[in-house]
Amino acid sequence: MSGQNGILVKVKDVEKTFRRGSEEIHVLSGLNLEVAEGEFLALMGPSGSGKTTLLNLIGGLDRPTSGSLEVSGERIDQMSGRQLAEWRARHVGFVFQFYNLLPVLTAERNVELPLLLTHLTKAQRRRHVHTALEVVGLSHRARHYPHTLSGGEQQRVGIARAIVTDPTMILADEPTGDLDRKSGDEILSLLQALNREHGKTIIMVTHDPHASARATRTVHLDKGQLSMEAPA
Amino acid sequence: MINWLVQIFSLTLFNLRTIPERKGAAVAAAVGIAGVVAVLVGVLSIAEGFRAAMTATGADDIVIVLRSNADNEMTSILSREEARLVTNAPGIAWSAAGPLASAELFVIINLPKRSTGTDAHVPLRGVQQAARAVRGDITISQGRMFEPGRNEVIVGAGTARAFAGLDVGGTIRVGQSDWAVVGIFSGGGGAAESEIWTDAAVLQPAYHRGDSFQSVFVKLASPEKFKEFKDALTANPQLKVKAVRQADLLADQSSMLTTFIETFGFAIAGLMALGALFGALNTMYSAVAARTREIATLRALGFGASPIICSVLFESLVLALVGGAVGATAAYFAFNGFQAATINWQTFSQVAFAFRVSPRLLANAILWAAVIGLIGGLFPAIRAARLPVATALRET
Ligand SMILES: Nc1ncnc2c1ncn2[C@@H]1O[C@H](COP(=O)(O)OP(=O)(O)OP(=O)(O)O)[C@@H](O)[C@H]1O
Ligand SMILES: [Mg+2]
Repeated sequence: MSGQNGILVKVKDVEKTFRRGSEEIHVLSGLNLEVAEGEFLALMGPSGSGKTTLLNLIGGLDRPTSGSLEVSGERIDQMSGRQLAEWRARHVGFVFQFYNLLPVLTAERNVELPLLLTHLTKAQRRRHVHTALEVVGLSHRARHYPHTLSGGEQQRVGIARAIVTDPTMILADEPTGDLDRKSGDEILSLLQALNREHGKTIIMVTHDPHASARATRTVHLDKGQLSMEAPA
Repeated sequence: MINWLVQIFSLTLFNLRTIPERKGAAVAAAVGIAGVVAVLVGVLSIAEGFRAAMTATGADDIVIVLRSNADNEMTSILSREEARLVTNAPGIAWSAAGPLASAELFVIINLPKRSTGTDAHVPLRGVQQAARAVRGDITISQGRMFEPGRNEVIVGAGTARAFAGLDVGGTIRVGQSDWAVVGIFSGGGGAAESEIWTDAAVLQPAYHRGDSFQSVFVKLASPEKFKEFKDALTANPQLKVKAVRQADLLADQSSMLTTFIETFGFAIAGLMALGALFGALNTMYSAVAARTREIATLRALGFGASPIICSVLFESLVLALVGGAVGATAAYFAFNGFQAATINWQTFSQVAFAFRVSPRLLANAILWAAVIGLIGGLFPAIRAARLPVATALRET
């Protein structure tokens, strides 16, 4: 929505080092980033630059080697694994490049999964699932299994799963990376609508300038640091 | 979250539904466990059947009186006077024909087995009129009872099955003379069924036993009379005998063999279980590996580590129980009632018995399956939960 919103994500002096045998890989070194509420941020950069790593840190899937991560006032870098899991369930909706749907569950069951971690009743869950599928335009495919859906449709199920708990933010790692141009555009339009009409904060990793053009802001990651920020 | 159980439930359901995708490994694990259980049940059913054969007639109110320094009938000897005194002791049940007591002796004879044609030992027991009433459940299933004073025998059903020529109308050669088989008797699958019976008064001269016996079988008026009966024998200075409940004596006699069979059975089952354990481990590891990304996705969505551990364990348990049930059922149909004979090492005579797959045994086997399943699932489950989510998500 508008820029007067507060800061939602505060990444401060974050370093991330991976160890592979005796070798240390410095992926992020002293990285700073702030994301405002209601932003649709595109994260670009060459392969291996650490985009996924950064997104995982913001989403509480991994912890930084040093530095701090604050999301709506909470220091997620200081949470235990258990606290992080609960925090993810409440605040983050993930969208994956390869959808990561569970093949043995129908679309609606896949969308329902995150709701199993809430206190909602069965009827309430069904209502939420229905709404989410409606938002992504897939109500008519609710009973379908993932393998009977096209890539674009599967990704829409993935997005429905990400929004069904009404999370604080949506994190998408190359959500169109596995799709053809047309399906990719539809997904991008959907994300854009979620951002504009529902006020969702979205952080999206992408290689595609086409995709980043839909965002409200684009940042580039290179050699472990944000080398350039450009308003959309 | 409080919905921990919901998590476990839905994850387990999800795991179980993915089993068809891994049919091969799942079936292999279940079959491995089925094999262990079948062998375990098979071997132990031998011990169980043997024990049952030895103790089935071992009622609490039947007492065997032996010479006080004898461990079993073989090594016992009682004079006619001693036998008479025992027969008149208090506590014994009475019928119209007198006290329910039978002074008996037995010899071991050789007869060819039906299966191999080779000779094996069979006890030939000389009994008195009250013998059937003392045992209580002896019935003549074919032919008739032997007549007192004649060279006639009746044959226990187990012995008749195992040895050649023991049909009604047949004859057996004992000592110098031929004895006619006039009947087949059964007695609840007990030790008596593995014997041949004749009149004690005929057997004594045939084997030059004079008028001595080896034991007196007594039926008490009630099981509680045992102490009274026993004390009366001990108090009599003319008697050097001891009274043993039949059940105790038979359990004692069978304990060596059943212990041996059980030890043997558990050793084999233990080795096989080790194999099945690796099968189960392998299955569950590959199940976890195949679902690395799915498990990581669930964890990314906020599912906890312990529900994932529980669900993997539960899946392994289910596979093991299915395997165990199949193995136990197979063993039941293959072994239950299977007829066999073996040597009672205390009396060196043949004991006929049927393999017995008892409920206790089945419960035991299912327990084994469950333990194998739980151990087999534990390490893969911990691995699944320990997998760093970010790393696991990279695996495609
Ligand atoms: N768990 C890990 N262990 C070791 N090295 C890792 C791990 N995760 C990431 N890396 C390394 O960190 C670097 C950055 O990886 P990352 O996946 O963040 O890059 P990316 O910008 O998302 O690349 P791409 O555009 O190809 O997805 C790479 O060199 C990668 O090999
Ligand atoms: Mg990446």
